[in-house]
Amino acid sequence: MPEKRTMVCIICPVGCNIEVCMDDKKICSISGNSCKRGADYVLAECTNPSRTLTSVMRVIGAQSAMIPVKSDKPVPKELLFECMKEINGHQIHAPVKMGEVVIENILNTGVDIIATRSIQ
Amino acid sequence: MKEIDLVVIGGGPAGMAAAISAHKNGIRDILIIERDSSLGGILNQCIHNGFGLHIFGEELTGPEYAWRFAQQVEELGIECKLNTMVLDISGDKTITAVNSTEGVMRIQAKAVMLGMGCRERNRGALGIPGMRPAGIFTAGTAQRFVNIEGYLPGRKVVILGSGDIGLIMARRMTLEGAEVRMVCEIMPYSGGLTRNIVQCLEDFGIPLKLSHTIIGIHGKDRLEGVTVAAVDKNRVPLMETAEYVECDTLLLSVGLIPENELSKEAGILMDPVTLGPVVNESMETSLEGVFACGNAVHVHDLVDNVTKEAMLAGECAAKYILGSGRSEGCKALKTVAGNGIRYVVPQLVCKEALGKESKLFFRVDNVYKNIRIVAAVGDKILYETRKLKVSPGEMESIRLHASIAGSMGDEGEIIVSLEEC
Repeated sequence: MPEKRTMVCIICPVGCNIEVCMDDKKICSISGNSCKRGADYVLAECTNPSRTLTSVMRVIGAQSAMIPVKSDKPVPKELLFECMKEINGHQIHAPVKMGEVVIENILNTGVDIIATRSIQ
Repeated sequence: MKEIDLVVIGGGPAGMAAAISAHKNGIRDILIIERDSSLGGILNQCIHNGFGLHIFGEELTGPEYAWRFAQQVEELGIECKLNTMVLDISGDKTITAVNSTEGVMRIQAKAVMLGMGCRERNRGALGIPGMRPAGIFTAGTAQRFVNIEGYLPGRKVVILGSGDIGLIMARRMTLEGAEVRMVCEIMPYSGGLTRNIVQCLEDFGIPLKLSHTIIGIHGKDRLEGVTVAAVDKNRVPLMETAEYVECDTLLLSVGLIPENELSKEAGILMDPVTLGPVVNESMETSLEGVFACGNAVHVHDLVDNVTKEAMLAGECAAKYILGSGRSEGCKALKTVAGNGIRYVVPQLVCKEALGKESKLFFRVDNVYKNIRIVAAVGDKILYETRKLKVSPGEMESIRLHASIAGSMGDEGEIIVSLEEC
């Protein structure tokens, strides 16, 4: 049963209103976008919505209590809260280098969680 | 008393870029004074991404963006005093500062760079009635608690203000396990980026209540709830719509104010609309040899623009120190916020002192669609362009090309205004 869905594209400040027609999880048509990037965004959003996750992790033996981290690639949207649980269940010892992998292949997604700050 | 060529107050993105730029333009005797324990300013707690798209062509997190400049400061050997608070700037550019290792110090500067950033409006400024229970924070304070100190400020949250900081904290609190019940916004439109509405509110099913505000705070020791009401087109609460919302935490994201206690004490001329110092095209204030950049001058949306502004300020401060700055006889034209415009920065423009990258920055006073932006001196149009949409939450700019500068006379005012298409 084909379904219509509208969404606002977030790739650039224009924010085109894009209409997507979906038939059983497959896209049958896309309209309203002014460029290909918008079409790509909508395709990803409908089939496998993903988000870059940014958070903080507890660090031991440093001046600060927490160190900022991020996923090096977007993770599937539905795994965000589970990833947060993983990150909050971990702690790391100082020193930590900018870009260092603090959790490898989180929840088997192929995505690493990396430090976004160097800490002594 | 110590003598230093350039003292930079604030080691955030503005101060760092200004110091680096001054160094690149020939100044070696530079000191950055920063009150926090590391460089980076507010970027250190902005752990989300979206920074640096224009400057680096990448989407960095705040700490990553700050790090790139802190690295350069270190590589160039620019001296920094951390954990040091500037208490006063005198009219003759004497800086009084204090820290716990050196005590009180006085420094005579040839030039000063003001990069203090901005502060948040708080509950007192809004005058929301009620007792004063714990659990009420500005969004930035909550951000500091969560991201730097590692504390969750509360579990059931209401947020007032839908600017980007409010939206970002809606997501942050939710990811850390809190329930964000709603975001209230007094205006009929959100001040934040569409991308944040989608990724911070829609992603988590957090309701956005436009044209709503908070009219009461309840709870004695700890917040227990707030009263939310719709407002009319004059932003007056409609009492019949009042609704009690149970919560233990209220985050306020209701405006940023340039930090200028030092500037005011020094007798620097201030702009009552930007709440920052009046500056000329060289980012110099009314006090000769005192320059300013970043959020201390006017609140920016993109840190990339802070960096560009600071690079210009640093270059001009360097020229001033080396004696090759703008001449005394430079006749400056005033810039004026015309129809539909809230403010224009810089407030003074001397055409001889304009550089390749010189720009006028401004904000509009409402959301407008299909509009023409015009910069003119009297009848003479210097620049015009069309825009599909402009809004108060997105700063706009006009480049002051050589051709524009050329058609500027020595008299009159540059009026920036919005006209119908």
